[in-house]
Amino acid sequence: MAEIIVVTSGKGGVGKTTTSASLACGLAKAGKKTAVIDFDVGLRNLDLIMGCERRVVYDFVNVVHGEASLRQALIKDKRFDNLFVLAASQTRDKDSLTKEGVQKVLEDIAADGFDFIVCDSPAGIEKGAFLAMYFADRAVVVVNPEVSSVRDSDRILGLLASKTRKAENGERVQEHLLLTRYNPARVDKGEMLSIGDVEDILGLKVIGVIPESPEVLQSSNAGVPVILDDASQAGQAYEDAVARILGESKPLRFTTVEKKGFFAKMFGG
Amino acid sequence: MGIFDFLTQRNKNTANLARDRLRIIVAQERSMRGAPDYLPMLQRELLEVIRKYVSVDVDAVKVDLIKDGGHDVLDISVSLPDKNIAAAG
Repeated sequence: MAEIIVVTSGKGGVGKTTTSASLACGLAKAGKKTAVIDFDVGLRNLDLIMGCERRVVYDFVNVVHGEASLRQALIKDKRFDNLFVLAASQTRDKDSLTKEGVQKVLEDIAADGFDFIVCDSPAGIEKGAFLAMYFADRAVVVVNPEVSSVRDSDRILGLLASKTRKAENGERVQEHLLLTRYNPARVDKGEMLSIGDVEDILGLKVIGVIPESPEVLQSSNAGVPVILDDASQAGQAYEDAVARILGESKPLRFTTVEKKGFFAKMFGG
Repeated sequence: MGIFDFLTQRNKNTANLARDRLRIIVAQERSMRGAPDYLPMLQRELLEVIRKYVSVDVDAVKVDLIKDGGHDVLDISVSLPDKNIAAAG
C-alpha cells in the first residue's frame, strides 16, 4: 500500500519543491519505490529541481485526461532506479485537475507497487493545494521562522484537519512540521523565531530543521536535490528528516551556533 | 558596526515580538476556524445596534460559536460600561 505524503505550506517560496525533491530522493535512496508529483499546474518547477526538465514529454494533466498512460508520463530518475517524477502541465490551467482524476492517478501509481507518493503542493489554498492534500496519509508542512509563514502554516494545519479525505472519514492526516531556512546565529541574537517558538505556536514538534545554507541554491542551479550533497548541512539535515519520517529517531543537528575553538579563531581554521 | 554603536543600540528582541504577535493572531484565527462566514458581519452589526443605545467599546461585543454536545451554540456577550464612567462620559 503506497503511502501518500503531501508537502505543503500555504505560503510560497518557503521550500516546498526543494523539500519534495529531497524527500523523494531520500526515500528512494532508502530503497523505497517513490513517485513525486508536481501539483502546481501552470507553474511547473519540480522537474527543474529534480534535473529532468528536458525529459518531460507527458505530464500529470495528460494522464488525468487519458491522453497518455502513467508509464509514458512517469519520468525515471537517472540517479535512482526506484524514483519517478510526474511533471505538472505548463500549458493548462489549474482547473484541469479534478478530484476523481487525481484519485485515479494516485490509485494507479499505488497499484504499480510504489511505497511512497510525494505530492508537491502549489502555494495558496486554492484548488491545486486542496487536491494535493486531499488524499494524503501524511503531511509535511514546510515553515520558515517568519511571521507570515507561521500564520499560513497554522491555516494549512486547520485545512488538513478538515478538508481531507482522512478528516471526512473521521481520521487524521499525520502532520509533520519541517522548519527550513533556519539560522541559529540570528536566533541567538533574538532576530529570528526559535524552533521552540514555532513548535509552541503551532502546537506541533518539528520532524526536521534545515539550516539556511548556500548549497540549497547551488543544488537547484545544478538540478541535483540538496539531499544528495552529502557535504552540505542542509543535505544532511534532509537525510535526518527522511530517517525520522521512516520511523528512526535522530537528534536535531545544525540547530545551534557552532562555537569556534581558540585555534580556529586564531588561524581561521 | 562602529565602535560606539553600543551606546545607541537598544536591546531589541524582535523574535519575541514576532512570537507574541503570532500567539495572539493564531489563537484568534483558530477560534474562528470552521465558524460560519457571517459571524464577523453579525458582530459588526450587533455592535452598531448596541451603540445606538449605549456607548460601548469596539471590543464590547463578543460573538463565539461554541460546540455543546451535538449542537452549536452562538454565544453573544456584551460587556456594558461601568455606570459611573458612562455617566461621566
